[in-house]
Amino acid sequence: MMDAGRHPNITLLTYSEVEEVSGYVGNFTVRIRKRARSVDEEKCTGCGTCEEKCPRRVVDEVFNVGLGKRKAIYRPFAQAVPAIPVIDREHCLYFMKGRCKLCEKFCPTGAIDFDQEDTILEVEVGNIIVATGYDVFDARRISQYGYGRYPDVFTSLEVERMLSGSGPTSGRVVLRDGETEPESIAIIHCVGSRDENYHPYCSKVCCMYSLKLAHLVHGKTGARVYEFYIDMRTGGKAYEEFYKRLQREKTIFINGRPSEILAEDGKLAIYVEDRSLGRQIRVPVDMAILSVGLEPRHDAQEVARLFGISCDADGWFKEKHPKLDPVATLTDGVFIAGCAQGPRDIPDSVAQGAAAAARVLSFIRQGEVEAEAATAVVDEMMCVGCGQCVQTCPYTAIEFLDDRKVAHVVEALCKGCGTCTGTCPSKAVTLRHFTDRQLIAEMRGAMSAMVEMVAV
Amino acid sequence: MTSETYEPKIIGFLCNWCSYAGADLAGASRLKYPPNLKIIRVPCSGRVSPELVIRTFQEGADGVMVLGCHIGDCHYSTGNHRTARRMPVLKALLAFTGIEPERFLFKWVAASEGGLFAETVQEFTETLRRLPPMQEALEG
Repeated sequence: MMDAGRHPNITLLTYSEVEEVSGYVGNFTVRIRKRARSVDEEKCTGCGTCEEKCPRRVVDEVFNVGLGKRKAIYRPFAQAVPAIPVIDREHCLYFMKGRCKLCEKFCPTGAIDFDQEDTILEVEVGNIIVATGYDVFDARRISQYGYGRYPDVFTSLEVERMLSGSGPTSGRVVLRDGETEPESIAIIHCVGSRDENYHPYCSKVCCMYSLKLAHLVHGKTGARVYEFYIDMRTGGKAYEEFYKRLQREKTIFINGRPSEILAEDGKLAIYVEDRSLGRQIRVPVDMAILSVGLEPRHDAQEVARLFGISCDADGWFKEKHPKLDPVATLTDGVFIAGCAQGPRDIPDSVAQGAAAAARVLSFIRQGEVEAEAATAVVDEMMCVGCGQCVQTCPYTAIEFLDDRKVAHVVEALCKGCGTCTGTCPSKAVTLRHFTDRQLIAEMRGAMSAMVEMVAV
Repeated sequence: MTSETYEPKIIGFLCNWCSYAGADLAGASRLKYPPNLKIIRVPCSGRVSPELVIRTFQEGADGVMVLGCHIGDCHYSTGNHRTARRMPVLKALLAFTGIEPERFLFKWVAASEGGLFAETVQEFTETLRRLPPMQEALEG
């Protein structure tokens, strides 16, 4: 992140949102709303004095998943790039009650600007890489596991934060009371994944991070750790070896998906069918960790529409070809990388990010794009402006010209499928080399050939 | 031409990527199918407009078939979704124009389905043989 922040050719726009994308490969115009941080980025040095002085503490629902607190002026996390804080206007005392301004008083460079407003930027780019990541499955949706009901049921991300030395518990793994160390811990795999009721797909990363959590929580607390899994999926370099190491560390692996968790006798009782024993068992533990899966971003559909790409049945962005072209999309010049395309771990995401960047670089190096020869063309005299072709085009290659009320084919995007030609009710769209005249002539020729054939 | 010597004339609109390749495979595999079919290659089954099908009947074809990729396999991602919505409507409306709906066939044939292609043509030709020639209907 630091490298990206420092690179002279990279402009980082954080706390910003893409509002509109128009144009095509080589000629995109992107409208970006840069949200008001209430901090002048030019003046701020990232010293952090404002954060220290801010009197308002707010529960940090994002980075510390509700376990820790942050200030009303804050950086999302210590290593955030750029290191410029933002004022949370919903919680800032000045915005709530009209007075405080301690941050402004103590800021050594006068960077605090309470009157800052959102700014709209228009940038011209040749290619776009969409790497919007994923959302974490909400464990509350599986009520039988009791997350949110039983205090000592945690999600994997909560434990992840507890394990961090600079985290809310300073690296101690404790129960919800903040003091008691657990003596036994259950880690439940596939929460929200591989489940027809939630997500049918495998989230891919949970097996490995669950093993990592088992290793770390055992190291911190000495607790007995149970892992409840359906299948242990440890494909990848050195991953299986890590699994073997955990077996040597006496982690108890139970093959079965727990049916429910109940609070019994001051403990959490995990009910599960042990598939190796072939019978129901009950495992009482102090703490349960739910290995929550990955799911597409809640706004993936809207983002897809914005960039002219599509989502698959599960909601991940759809690639051009799952095996042969996994970073390109059907829209030329728009690439996808990382978990936005599907669940994957860090090495895969890094590789895919580099692949997408390389694809873009090859476009830049070429300086030109190969266009399809057989493209569609709109006869503006015939077009009635119904807009049906705009909707049918799989490549969003047809734009509607508002001033003339006619459709227009962007030749750089058209792949020549002719769906628009088949759709147009007024016969205004012609697909070059497959015009109605040509097809009818071909059909007549074929017909007369058959008359001869039958006569013989 | 008497009906005993009647050989139906079939025009097939085949998508370039799946069905046309499927027909190719049928040929390469030396599969037999009736010579009554003449193929017109289109980039995508979505290119075929209902008017084009009607026009083909008008020109005297006894049967028309539109073959495309299976849903999800379209080279153009969603071109055949349009076919899937358009062609059943056309088939339902054919009777209204006085053309027997059985004269029109719309089906998904993949590039690997040479056998299915040959079978489809075989069956379709048999169906058409049972119907009077289109020419009679046009003249009568």
